[in-house]
Amino acid sequence: MRLYVSEGNPQCLKVLAAYELSGAQCEVEVVSHEECIVPFLGHSKLPALLLDNGNFLFSSNVICRYYLTSGGDEASTAVDQWLEWETLDLQPVALHALRLAVLQDKKSEALESLQPSLSYIERSLQKTGKTFLTSDEPSAADVVLWGTLYPLLAEPILLTAVDFKALTAWFQRVGSFPACKKASDGTFKGHGLQSLKSYLQRQPTNSTQATRATTNDPTVDDGDERLLTDEEIQAAVQAWSKGLAACPKPRQIVHPILPQQGERNVLITSALPYVNNVPHLGNIIGCVLSADVFARFCRLRNWNTLFVCGTDEYGTATETKAMEEGLTPQEICDKYNAIHSQIYRWFGTSFDYFGRTTTEKQTEIAQDIFWRLLKRGFLLEDTVEQLHCQRCAKFLADRFVEGICPFCSYPEARGDQCDKCGKLINAVELKNPQCKVCKETPAVRTSKHLFLDLPKLEGRLEEWLETTLEKGNWTPNARFITRSWIRDGLKPRCITRDLKWGTPVPLEEFANKVFYVWFDAPIGYLSITANYTDQWEKWWKNPDKVQLYNFMAKDNVPFHSVVFPCSLLGAEDNYTLVNHLIATEYLNYEDGKFSKSRGVGVFGDMAKDTGIPADIWRFYLLFIRPEGQDSAFCWSDLLLKNNSELLNNLGNFVNRAGMFVSKFFEGRVPTMELNQEDQRLLALTTWELRQYLQLLEKVRIRDALRCILNISRHGNQYIQLNEPWKRLKGSDTDRSRAATVTGVAINMACLLSVMLQPYMPTVSATIQEQLQAPPLCNVLTEEFVCVLPAGHKIGTISPLFQKLEVEQVEALRQRFGGQKPDKAAEKQEATTTTTILQDVQELAKAVAQQGDKVRQLKALGTEKAVVNSEVARLLELKKALQEAQGKPPVQKEKKK
Amino acid sequence: MAEASLKELVSLEKYLGLKKTNKYSTQGERKVPVLQTKDGQNIVGLVTIACHLVKAAKQEQLLGRTREESAVVQQWLEYRIVQLGAPGAKEEGRSTLRDLNGYLEDKVYFGGDFLSLADILMYYGLHSYMVDLTVQDREKFVNVSRWFSHIQQLPNVQQHLPRVHIMKNRIYTNVH
Repeated sequence: MRLYVSEGNPQCLKVLAAYELSGAQCEVEVVSHEECIVPFLGHSKLPALLLDNGNFLFSSNVICRYYLTSGGDEASTAVDQWLEWETLDLQPVALHALRLAVLQDKKSEALESLQPSLSYIERSLQKTGKTFLTSDEPSAADVVLWGTLYPLLAEPILLTAVDFKALTAWFQRVGSFPACKKASDGTFKGHGLQSLKSYLQRQPTNSTQATRATTNDPTVDDGDERLLTDEEIQAAVQAWSKGLAACPKPRQIVHPILPQQGERNVLITSALPYVNNVPHLGNIIGCVLSADVFARFCRLRNWNTLFVCGTDEYGTATETKAMEEGLTPQEICDKYNAIHSQIYRWFGTSFDYFGRTTTEKQTEIAQDIFWRLLKRGFLLEDTVEQLHCQRCAKFLADRFVEGICPFCSYPEARGDQCDKCGKLINAVELKNPQCKVCKETPAVRTSKHLFLDLPKLEGRLEEWLETTLEKGNWTPNARFITRSWIRDGLKPRCITRDLKWGTPVPLEEFANKVFYVWFDAPIGYLSITANYTDQWEKWWKNPDKVQLYNFMAKDNVPFHSVVFPCSLLGAEDNYTLVNHLIATEYLNYEDGKFSKSRGVGVFGDMAKDTGIPADIWRFYLLFIRPEGQDSAFCWSDLLLKNNSELLNNLGNFVNRAGMFVSKFFEGRVPTMELNQEDQRLLALTTWELRQYLQLLEKVRIRDALRCILNISRHGNQYIQLNEPWKRLKGSDTDRSRAATVTGVAINMACLLSVMLQPYMPTVSATIQEQLQAPPLCNVLTEEFVCVLPAGHKIGTISPLFQKLEVEQVEALRQRFGGQKPDKAAEKQEATTTTTILQDVQELAKAVAQQGDKVRQLKALGTEKAVVNSEVARLLELKKALQEAQGKPPVQKEKKK
Repeated sequence: MAEASLKELVSLEKYLGLKKTNKYSTQGERKVPVLQTKDGQNIVGLVTIACHLVKAAKQEQLLGRTREESAVVQQWLEYRIVQLGAPGAKEEGRSTLRDLNGYLEDKVYFGGDFLSLADILMYYGLHSYMVDLTVQDREKFVNVSRWFSHIQQLPNVQQHLPRVHIMKNRIYTNVH
């Protein structure tokens, strides 16, 4: 026997572990990654095992199984099943994740992509309650899965970022076998993940595998094939017939909202937007909009909810902006605070209070926290070298200095960073520094500053984090960033600044100094609440009764998870600390970044001018919410999602259901007699509803939106299959069937209006008005109840969504594409034409493919409903193609 | 894909002479076959179910008689689902056939000298590849064609699939 392995090949890890564990005797030969050992395979395949009978084994799992099954002893079905799952499901996902982690340094994304697989293992372990995957004895399955996961989970910070208890225990149990230890030490040789780099670079990128990896979820089945038990169906039918009277009533909101004994008290904050600029779509989805969806959801669940936000107004950047615009900092803040409020109002955000940080309460609370920290010995004093401009008589903030870059000699380097070489600069190291305001040469002077002693608070912080991370709902990136900050060690952080525009430091010797914005800004959450109600301490000094959710983009995580909690822990005043930290990744614009200076991207105040309603913006931004990985705003995708998901799916369903009631039943909900199919549909809808509730409770906002669209898809299929408009003309049984289908559909539309409320509040209200839905229905429970009983009179039905046209969106794309220099204008036009041409080609290709698909489906005798929906798609594509070619679309009335 | 793998399992049942027909369904995006046993257990995955059926029919010799043999059988069962089952696998069809042709040069069956479950599942998996091949190509991959023709003539294997005609006389002799 001879085993061939290559260095840094993750597939070899499990094989070596199995070999060590088996105690078998064989020669191990290390060869290069490219070596073709198996004679009949046209490419290299490692590890490989040459058996004594001359046969080769060239799959790591089969080799493991060979080592670990002693003579004749057949592996159990359970082992077979784990190995097959590992081969087809886990391996592609793990390879994709390794690529992300090693080649692109995106560890948190890697971990995120692994989540569904990990949770599958976790659930299986919990279900069987065994020590190992298949029994209380280790098998080949354990070694194989351990080997695949080891490179991804072995780093302590990665494993702790995963909150799967059974999985973690199992992983450590298998890893503690001497054989596994020996194998992992040999493979990684102390170089960690980097030792896999050369292997991974040689692996071809398999795009189908990668996309499968990101969407792969072994637990999510296709709706149609979901197995519903009889009990589930019976329960759904019972809930349905309960009627609205038996449901909880919506909570009456009375301001000021205060925590209540014995209730679920939810405090939601959205990161405070900085006042010196207009927010772009990325800022809006990152915190404000995400927090708004969650706040609306909490209210629909009848939880006692307070949602606050406001503008962050102090700091250098405001001073700079004020100088640019020739206003005082206060005037700048007033101006931009108003702009921000308007934008958020337009987007329909439901703040209970939108405040600002430049208030007396801010000074009061910030200074109180400061005094407490000082008295308890958590502040240090130190001197810092800084540039001082004599003519302006002040210390210069980094952005107020320009000079020659000490690294690349670029003449216009800024005090914090060089725009040319991109290196970070310490302002005092600039050559020939100049004050940006008066062009005077500043001098180096020392200045005394105060520092927050983070190392001294580290112990308390870790103790708090341990319990909070375990119980709380933190996004993987938030866990990861927090862990890595702590792992790198905390250093004292300066909390004062030589500035005027800020909260003053209340000590005489610091008379001309203010608090540094990162110390000051998070206190804004407290002071804004204090401006909302005098009883703010009931929210902020009440950790036992309040659950605090912070929403932000990932760059803000360390300040909310490490620095601010340290301030509050050190102040020792029983503060409410963050329980759930929800951080998004970044939203890009088309292929690049949003840029105010280059005019690239859509900014909050421009969204209104596009003529696209706020709810459509909300829908699309939430649909592409950067959950788990970066995403991009793309105009053509906005058009596609609007026309396919909103117009054709959701809008079409609600509209048809309503039209049937008003046209065929004189505007009154008809009598319903449920048969088996209807009952199944009720159970299916209930299932999606519960899924939606679970996902939103975990703040998986984007995923929960899919549940809404699934329900309307089920609804569309249901109508299509039962054809009530045809049955109306038939026998008595046919007519009663048409009535039932219409009645069930209109109630589904009503449920959708409630579920949609967090995402599209205006559309939700419009649907409820059209259906004349009782306001009492605006509560979310785990049950789908018949809210519109037979005889209920509905209002006037009209279409909910408008089609977006290609030209319209193309014009918007150009408008927000950024101002290019005139020279490039011609070129720009040329490229637009080519994009249109490409679009035409792509569409033509899509039409051809879709045509084939329809023919194939018809030939196979597939269900009519399925064929019809594919035909509809074909017609749409043809129309889009004609439009793209500049031909007038063929007008055709949509059949009802 | 899903339908095909379920048909395949039903055919295998008949080949093994199992009387009662089991309940099958599929799950997930990949439409993985699921077998629901009498005692309510779910067995998931094509190869896992196939091995289970073989054991249920008490025909363990199809899984290999020794440890080495059974490892080789498992190797080809895995090859079947990874190489022939993956999306886009057909684009690599020719290199797959070239590899298999090399492997089968000195073998009657995938396990060597004994018929195994690997032959049956490889036969189902390769059927659509063989249908697509031109007569010339069938002759080019002569070892695969010989093996294929042999397997499809075994009693009860062919079942749901149409017979692929493979000529015994070479007509493109210049190829070799």
